[in-house]
Amino acid sequence: MRTALVLLFALAVAAIPGSLIPQRDVSPIAVADFIADHPLLGPVYAAVGLFDVFSSAWFSAIYLLLFVSLVGCIVPRVLVYARALRTPPPRTPRNLSRLPAYATATLQTDETDDVVRQRTVTELRRQRYRVIERDGTVAAERGYLREAGNLVFHLSLLFLLVGVAVGGLFGFRGSSVVMVGQGFANNITQYDDLSTGAWFSDDQLPPFTIAVNRFRVAFETGPVQTGAARLFELETEVTDRPGDQPYAKTIEVNKPLTVDGATVHLIGHGYAPVVRVRDGNGDVAFSGPVVFLPQDGNFTSAGVIKAPDGRPERLAFEGIFAPTARVDDRGPRSLFPDLIDPALYVNVWSGPPKTETGEPENVYSLDTAGLTPLKDADGQPVRILLKPGTSYQLPGGKGSLEMTGATRWVKLQISDTPGIAVVLGSIGAAVLGLCLSLFVRPRRVWVRIREEAGGSRLVEVGGLDRADARAGLSEDVADLVQTVALGAGAAAPDRGEKENQ
Amino acid sequence: MNLEYYSSAALVTSVVIYLLAMTAHAAEWAAARRTPATAEPAELAAEAVETRKFAAVAAGSPKSGSATTASGPVDREDTNQTRLADLKIELWGRVGVALTVIGFGCSVVGVVLRGLAAGRPPWGNMYEFTITAMVLVVAAYLVLVWRTGARWLGLPVTLLAAVGNGLSVTVFYVAIAPLVPALHSVWFVIHIVAAAVSGAAFTIGGLMSALFLARQRAERRGSVTGYLKRLPTARKLDLYAYRFLAFAFPLWTFTVAAGAIWAEYAWGRYWGWDPKETWALVTWVVYACYLHARSTAGWRGTRAAVVALIGLASFWFNFVGINLLVSGLHSYAGI
Repeated sequence: MRTALVLLFALAVAAIPGSLIPQRDVSPIAVADFIADHPLLGPVYAAVGLFDVFSSAWFSAIYLLLFVSLVGCIVPRVLVYARALRTPPPRTPRNLSRLPAYATATLQTDETDDVVRQRTVTELRRQRYRVIERDGTVAAERGYLREAGNLVFHLSLLFLLVGVAVGGLFGFRGSSVVMVGQGFANNITQYDDLSTGAWFSDDQLPPFTIAVNRFRVAFETGPVQTGAARLFELETEVTDRPGDQPYAKTIEVNKPLTVDGATVHLIGHGYAPVVRVRDGNGDVAFSGPVVFLPQDGNFTSAGVIKAPDGRPERLAFEGIFAPTARVDDRGPRSLFPDLIDPALYVNVWSGPPKTETGEPENVYSLDTAGLTPLKDADGQPVRILLKPGTSYQLPGGKGSLEMTGATRWVKLQISDTPGIAVVLGSIGAAVLGLCLSLFVRPRRVWVRIREEAGGSRLVEVGGLDRADARAGLSEDVADLVQTVALGAGAAAPDRGEKENQ
Repeated sequence: MNLEYYSSAALVTSVVIYLLAMTAHAAEWAAARRTPATAEPAELAAEAVETRKFAAVAAGSPKSGSATTASGPVDREDTNQTRLADLKIELWGRVGVALTVIGFGCSVVGVVLRGLAAGRPPWGNMYEFTITAMVLVVAAYLVLVWRTGARWLGLPVTLLAAVGNGLSVTVFYVAIAPLVPALHSVWFVIHIVAAAVSGAAFTIGGLMSALFLARQRAERRGSVTGYLKRLPTARKLDLYAYRFLAFAFPLWTFTVAAGAIWAEYAWGRYWGWDPKETWALVTWVVYACYLHARSTAGWRGTRAAVVALIGLASFWFNFVGINLLVSGLHSYAGI
């Protein structure tokens, strides 16, 4: 018990840094920022795993030791309990009056001792005691479920760990940004990021496709919490496997879509300006929506439009998209998260064509190597402000940028956590076991009939509670002695409502 | 005006009345300050007979018995004085409870009107959660007073209610707004009600543990006087605290589990080490420590009570600290 206590404390303390220091799993960007801000502390934290507390060796060591100690404690207790279940209630103590609760009453009937004892046994059985008659006395015990609940609770923690482990080993979770109007096919190449368990294999991905048809959003326009999200509804058309009949489904925040064991959640959204870039030759070098990533609650979004195929020079545009735009001395930004007055605000870069290397590059940031900012006649960098339906001719005949509109994108998370039923089941069993182990009251009661000097017979009842935190032992013992002593047909005495404080 | 206005007016009123109730209970304490350490051992001795296990505790306060003999014969003047003092204590105590009932009524009205004004259960942000939790704490206290005459909890509970509701109406207050889509779920009611109820039970258990520590110390020193004398014995306080915590612990387990189920629906993972989740686990583990400590030799009593207080601190840090200092998925404070 002492070991468990120490390990539990250690677990509680060890979990704390995980909530106060940014964690790689939860927010990788915050971790990068933290390291940049703390050049001294950052590497130290990284070395001891403070950015990955919950997968660090020391944290794992604590909970694994805890489970080892749990097994070491539970297995012997299961055996003891199995034996206790087969053991009859213990012998009646010689002197019942020394028990914590004790009551006597003079027997009021002429029945024989045997009959009285029989009535006692019946009454105790009715109260769900396990009863045995021994040497002319009655011994009874109840509350076996307390220890059973305790064991169930601890065992279900083991199953919980197993369930979590199964999910960790076979599960996967990935996300993909999908333009509204386009679709997603559950294939490993379609994921923007995918984390999988050690024993996961690609063929576990069910071959469904989702067409994202319409995305309804609403934001608070009232004076309180202006801009807070009020509605997200994603209308999709799902095809379970190639060739199947597609069916319509709506995904909402608390209503994920389940296809073939995988769960699809809507976990993010944003805007994509739809643009057309013409190069110096007048050819279309790029056309379509470009994903811009939201930077604040009003969806001021940052992104890059790349036209690497522009000739004679390739072009790139870097800047801000705002769904409800405002440009002032604080720079371009959005005032409201909904698409009310969208605008695109970008700088222009140009440069000689680059050789295709096939190396992957970040679509959300611009590598400016080999590019120069485009300047106007005054030598100032060109800044373009576009509204839907407008276009801008780049100086020097380098081409043009046209904004045809703006659309939304959604971020879908596709995941499967195989052990989840085990996890849920064990938590349910754990709560049930916990309640039993805390609220069931193991109690022992003994009854003896004693011949008094005057020929009268005295019923003695002694009671003992085997765990603390209960009340009513004395009352129950008093009730029992009355029931036994008054004889058959006597009404059970009223129980006091109030506990004896 | 509108319901929202009346709701906050009722809550402000409740703060004032709770403060008055607190003052009355403080006067009750002050009046009880002179209560001498007489007639003390009767109850303790009775308990010692009841369970010899705890005889050692009772035996630790033999001085109180000798106090009576030392004071010599009690004259009539003294008896009258004592009676008057007792009346005073009783009067202030009753005033305190009466005021608490009125304050409780105001605070219930405040919460209900808030819910009516918002057209949804009033648990959408920190303000609403706090006022609800305070209603639960005071309700539990009033039930205790009614059933067992536990007026000794009056001062700490009214203080807590005044501070809790006071902070709510001044610092945590946010105007009514609909819920964000993530909260549109049946689990919104289940998870948050369970959290509020177990939070209230943890809080009352914690108050009792604190009182236990004070009383225990006095008993060890053998000088149980004044207010402490009006408390139940240390052993009973420990038992009451345990009952509340033993009730809260499975419910808290359920709260965390319900949160995990909801998280699976809303965020696509049942556990993601969000700061709130982490601290919920820390709280859970600390209270698990408490339960283990109670059945570990050398940890019963004082140490277990300290663990219970650490648990309460962790619960409140999870609520106040994590809401205000750390950003995470549970950032619904709206401040």
